[in-house]
Amino acid sequence: MTDRDARQPRTAAPASRLGLALFGLYVLLYGGFITLVLARPDLVAERPFGGVNLAIACGLGLIVAAVLLSVVYMVARAGR
Amino acid sequence: MLHETSPLAIGIFAAFVAGVLWLSFRLGRKGQSAQGYYAAHGQVHWAVNGIAFAGDYLSAASFLGICGMIAFHGYDGFLYSIGFLAGWVVALFVIAEPIKELGRFTFADALDARFDSWGIKLAVAISTLVVSVFYLIPQMVGAGSLVTPLLGLPHWVGVILVGVAVTCIVVTAGMVSTTWVQFIKGSLLVLFCGVLTGLILARGLAVNAGREGPVEMTPQVRTLRPDGTVLVDGKPRGPDHDLRPVGTITRLPERYGDARVTGPLGPLAYLAALEDSTVVTWEKTTRTDAEGMHETFTPRERPAAQLLRPGGYFKGLAGNTLAGRLDFASLMLALFCGTASLPHILIRYYTVKDAAAARKSTVVGIAAIGGFYVLTLYLGLGAMTSGALDPTDTNMAAPLLAKSFSETLFAIISAIAFTTVLGTVSGLIMAGSGAVAHDLVENVCGVRMTDHEKVRVGKLAAVALGIVAMALGIVFKGFNVGFLVGWAFNIAASANLPALVMLLFWRRTTKQGIIAAVIVGMLASLGWILLSADTFEKVYGLPGSQAPMPFSQPGLVTIPLGFVVLVVVSLLTPPPSPVRR
Repeated sequence: MTDRDARQPRTAAPASRLGLALFGLYVLLYGGFITLVLARPDLVAERPFGGVNLAIACGLGLIVAAVLLSVVYMVARAGR
Repeated sequence: MLHETSPLAIGIFAAFVAGVLWLSFRLGRKGQSAQGYYAAHGQVHWAVNGIAFAGDYLSAASFLGICGMIAFHGYDGFLYSIGFLAGWVVALFVIAEPIKELGRFTFADALDARFDSWGIKLAVAISTLVVSVFYLIPQMVGAGSLVTPLLGLPHWVGVILVGVAVTCIVVTAGMVSTTWVQFIKGSLLVLFCGVLTGLILARGLAVNAGREGPVEMTPQVRTLRPDGTVLVDGKPRGPDHDLRPVGTITRLPERYGDARVTGPLGPLAYLAALEDSTVVTWEKTTRTDAEGMHETFTPRERPAAQLLRPGGYFKGLAGNTLAGRLDFASLMLALFCGTASLPHILIRYYTVKDAAAARKSTVVGIAAIGGFYVLTLYLGLGAMTSGALDPTDTNMAAPLLAKSFSETLFAIISAIAFTTVLGTVSGLIMAGSGAVAHDLVENVCGVRMTDHEKVRVGKLAAVALGIVAMALGIVFKGFNVGFLVGWAFNIAASANLPALVMLLFWRRTTKQGIIAAVIVGMLASLGWILLSADTFEKVYGLPGSQAPMPFSQPGLVTIPLGFVVLVVVSLLTPPPSPVRR
């Protein structure tokens, strides 16, 4: 058997609509954070969350959001 | 003072390396076929692959580089953590399942799946090699940084040690041994960083890192003489006379009164208490005269709150300059787009059996990697206030933080850091050897090979790449590994992502468009980096103001450029023939 014969199918299923929707949501979150840092660097030094400033809260929030969205995606796709 | 070797550290380190090599030789018989060598037979369990993703991805840049950058510059190091993880969102939601279905051994397989084009294979193989080599540099630099304090050996010995060990791992069993080394490394890294973070929170914050008396505020001078000898404050450096460690708190928040320690703190309380504290950082100035190069480290007391917001490293953010802000935006874009374009990450998708396993393993990887990046914030800030930092080496912050707790923990963390380098470098060399043997020799040059010959050529390529990696690791000594890996992300995102995304989402994409996008994206980002202010200052030793590029990170320009080139060239060339199934 040659490589060519053994190759996987030549087209791939496109990413799911749910995946693209979750991707769009994360782009908004990530882009919003970058925009905030660029546009209002003074604002991210504010401390609205129990003494933790907005820069750290947003950073931790983005990491947690990525994990949560990926779990949502896995659970939703598992049922199909 | 800063770097004392201990038999315990050497013993634990030797045990780690011996264990990894033993595992590789034991797995050797499983990597004898091409399918086994390049893709671990596509039979790796998704959970194992997920942790191996973490082991592959959490490189020296993530562990040594980010911790060091946070310890030295504050919050800006954490921006790398945020960006590095965000890139996995692209990988999961856009790339994971399609690429598993398209490819077989290498990234070029996937991009070429619809076209069977000689040009695509060549362009993508070259881009894979360029990205892998740029990613290899910081890993090898990190390895060199580790052996000096751990084994008392020069930087180049560490580089050679990693190079030889990794070449053995890859040559013995290819992707099979690489997978298990990455799995073990990923597990240990997240576990022990969790332990270290727990110790940081249990210790809390302390004035002068728990030592009696006031914080030493006199400047320190290190002189590097032309004959290779080193002076510290004018006297020869020796075991009893070296730079003193730095990085302490001078004042706790008012609510602690006259207390010099806070005691144990929760994760949020730790951040809040640090924000209200005052810390001592230091500024480095350099002067050269007939005696040699003098580096002066001057302590500077300031509110920690200044370090817990953006602008400590990306000076343009604090100074509000347009170039600085563009530089920052460009890096964050490259980190976001770069992960899903890294060949050594993408080839891990070929080691699982199907698209569902690819998806599930990515989710496991995101959970492990995300957890680790949260820990980097505490590790970096813990190092910043540990009173244990070496002001001359940003890459040693995490191991020296561990040393502030115990010699045993230092040995374990250093050994894990070394294994970290092994895991990532083995993945990079696998990607590079596949590009050489499978893409260039077999598909581009048309050399017909038996299964056994394919594996042999791959192993020879791995040895050659190992030698290149060792040479580069020695040349780039002294660079922050997190900074260096930013280059690799920029090149990967500019060269590979436009072609990959458009192949999946735009039917009008042609092979000429893909070739043009890969070549233009790669050359444009590489050229931009070589002509940037950062490279002028840190590589050529020239003033940054002489650099022709307006800002240092190219992604903001070169990633969109890749998309534009692909669209224009595709529209100017005949549409692809109907898709073969």
